Amino acid sequence: MTRRYAMAVDTLRCVGCNACVISCKTENDLPSGGFRDWIVQEVHGQFPSLTLQIRSERCNHCAETPCVAACPTGASHVAAGGTVLVNRRKCTGCKACMVACPYGARWVHPDGYVDKCTFCLHRVERAQQPACVETCPTRSLTFGDLADPASPVARLVAHRPHLVLQPEAGTRPQVFFLT
Amino acid sequence: MSLSRRQFIKIGAAGAGSAALASGLGTRWWGLDGDPTPDPRTDGDRVVASYCELCFWGCGVLAHVKEGRVTKITGNPAHPLSRGMLCPRGVGGTGLLYDPDRLKKPLLRRSKRGEDLFEEVSWDAALGRVAEGLEKVKQRHGPEALALFTHGSGGVWFKQFMKAWGSPNIGAPSYAQCRGPREAAFQLTFGTPLGSPEPLDIGNARCITLIGSHLGENMHNTQVQELAEALGKGAQLVVVDPRFSVAAGKARYWLPIKPGTDIALLLAWSHVLLAEGLHDTAYLAAHASGLDELKAHVATATPEWAATITGLDPGLIRDSARLIGASRPASLIHPGRHTVWYGDDTQRERAMAILVALLGNWGRRGGYLKQDKFPLAGYPHAGAPPPPSRAKVDRPKGGLYPLANEVLASGLCDATRPGQSLYDLKAWLVYGCNLVQAMPDRPRLLEAIQQLELLVAVDVLPAEICGWADVVLPEATYLERDDDAWNGAWRRPFIAVRQAAVPPMYDSKPGWWIVKELAGKVGLANHFPWTDAREFVKTRLAVKGQSWETLSSTGVLLGPEIPTCEEEGAPLTFETESGTIELYSKELADLDFDPLPVYRPQEEGPPGSFRLLTGRSPLHSFGRTVNNRLLAEPYPENEVWLNADAAAHLAGFEARPLAQGERVVLVNQDGVRSTPVKVKLTQRIRNDCVYMVHGWGQTARGQRYAFGRGASDALLTSRYKIDPIMGGTGMNVNFVRFERAVVSA
Repeated sequence: MTRRYAMAVDTLRCVGCNACVISCKTENDLPSGGFRDWIVQEVHGQFPSLTLQIRSERCNHCAETPCVAACPTGASHVAAGGTVLVNRRKCTGCKACMVACPYGARWVHPDGYVDKCTFCLHRVERAQQPACVETCPTRSLTFGDLADPASPVARLVAHRPHLVLQPEAGTRPQVFFLT
Repeated sequence: MSLSRRQFIKIGAAGAGSAALASGLGTRWWGLDGDPTPDPRTDGDRVVASYCELCFWGCGVLAHVKEGRVTKITGNPAHPLSRGMLCPRGVGGTGLLYDPDRLKKPLLRRSKRGEDLFEEVSWDAALGRVAEGLEKVKQRHGPEALALFTHGSGGVWFKQFMKAWGSPNIGAPSYAQCRGPREAAFQLTFGTPLGSPEPLDIGNARCITLIGSHLGENMHNTQVQELAEALGKGAQLVVVDPRFSVAAGKARYWLPIKPGTDIALLLAWSHVLLAEGLHDTAYLAAHASGLDELKAHVATATPEWAATITGLDPGLIRDSARLIGASRPASLIHPGRHTVWYGDDTQRERAMAILVALLGNWGRRGGYLKQDKFPLAGYPHAGAPPPPSRAKVDRPKGGLYPLANEVLASGLCDATRPGQSLYDLKAWLVYGCNLVQAMPDRPRLLEAIQQLELLVAVDVLPAEICGWADVVLPEATYLERDDDAWNGAWRRPFIAVRQAAVPPMYDSKPGWWIVKELAGKVGLANHFPWTDAREFVKTRLAVKGQSWETLSSTGVLLGPEIPTCEEEGAPLTFETESGTIELYSKELADLDFDPLPVYRPQEEGPPGSFRLLTGRSPLHSFGRTVNNRLLAEPYPENEVWLNADAAAHLAGFEARPLAQGERVVLVNQDGVRSTPVKVKLTQRIRNDCVYMVHGWGQTARGQRYAFGRGASDALLTSRYKIDPIMGGTGMNVNFVRFERAVVSA
């Protein structure tokens, strides 16, 4: 069976500490100003009737990929497990993918290519978890193969209420926010 | 093959038309290899186990070293506090190691104190100057006239120096400016102070109650891990906070309490537990004393009574009490950590400790556990130095603060002002703590500093306190030095290793080296028989045949498992005078303090002002990390939180209300003005208080990134209210009003 890499982000556990953000930066040696993941705090209501949702967001590694479709050079592509990657040697930094992505998940690296979350595929290939998952002190992040119904991520998505970002964009995101 | 970018773009322009012809041909057409998995190659050639120093929790880390550089830091799975996971600060340690603003050479002051003009000198010259200054102070005023302020693991060596030198005056702001009231209150009630890391079994609690503690923003790794674990298992949260904290966002009940009224709420909770029989009768009968006095004391403390004081709905008080009671014994009242708020803090913590007892939570699973230290021997010494001939000088004349169980840093500052105490302090050694941000009433602190004959600062970065020092000694960061083993108490006793991942950069030196060199210059070399930190630890281990190799390679040595709670067979014993849990405190009564906590109203601020409250960001450890460029990226400066509706009706701003993110100046009740700071207009806070994260508003120019960013709550804390029981400096007693910051053209 084909693998389908996915991530579940437990918004009930997450405290928004940014450990995922900093570990991503050091694992992937990102320059100042470059982020592959980030924290969103969404507040609703009026004092004192308030709700707060905290999300660790990143590229959704969508099953339908407007970014790949928009790429004129083939740099943006779908790699192992449906992971959406950018081949920096083919990327001209034209930003068409950035316009196509509804999530603002991409940014231009100072070296001229577009950069984004890779699900730490280099680690996954060595049977390690992505850096953000490994360090998360609240164990909010679960990465794995959604196509394997026994995997922790598939179980979470099957059994917990969840949402995806901007489902109306028709991108079929593979990052699921457990609520 | 490789193409330069320029060539590549040329090809791209030529081929743009044809690329659209056949999709799927792209990759082959370009003539490039397939799509490789991008690998940043940050794994180390070597991985060095150590423990973290970005805060004082002490998590186990693995430093990846590649070609002489630390590329990344990950959690050590073998370490009981990190369990393989790290908070952002722990991961961001490289931002400290490679901070371009680090102290690089020893410095001698070349101008007036505070003018921040220094000359780089050799270690020999710097330590010679320190030795000369110390000897002079000793001759004129005795060895006890030297005080050490210390925070952090390397302080161990400086404490050894103080012992050899003959001064008992060793303090840290982490007591009277932080967790002191809690330590006194739990000692009074259960006979044991809590210490750090706290002995809390958060992971097994069914209900967790936070009173002003914002765990999750306050990022004590193990506690946050366990909080999430408990929530994952269905535990309920009760959060008492004037601010809708991150934890409040996860709570079953959020009680947005009027600041300063917590004792009224806590008494009302006790009232409900006792009135509705939700307390643990058998536990209290077996272990506690003073239940009848407590019942009488809270008989009239109804939720309706507390509601008028706290501004909370009486139904909310009752419902939350019922949830807390129904969840016992695994119903955990978190003791908090930064507890110096209003000067009656020991009494508030007593009210919390009483609830802990009513719930039968002390000594039980999901509650307060028994912890122990790993059996590590001391370094075999030929002979201990003689004890100092004069007592500690951190208490003013007249026997105040009888129940302080650690040294008061504020008391040491006061003893530096002539004639305040039994004798005057004349020299300070300040290790790793920026007193300028840690102490309230800055002018008073700086006045004390001007009285000193010698001020030596040891630090990694040019902190504000360094600007006031006569000699500044650059210490190597925790990633560049060996230290003594971490040996705190934990539910599974263990020790952790601190070992250098890379050699010290610049001319910085490890603390052990600095102390040993200094001791040699003042004739105390015989008290430092060890060769270096590593030999020190190895020799301590060898006494009981413990393995250095295991410690060094895995980062930890685990001790035998111990029973931690009644369920595991740990007997409930209490080291109070009566040998019981003292709900009613005879000790307090004998000292003329309230034997049971009493609510007394706090003073209000001037009209139109807001009570200033402070807290933490998960990315920062006070001012210690604000210059860390890695950690500053997601949180570059603090903001002042102001209720959005209050902002819309703010007096003086009718014509043009404050806008989101606009810069304001805060002016406190004494006219002290902050540096410009962004305002965060939000529904997440009451309309009678404002909130800031502590640590910004740095005045040290040498910290080039942090300088001028945000505002300092410490500067605005010109007033404080001293806890008469243990000498803590209650700091939530300041009020600010808003002014629009003048925008320069």
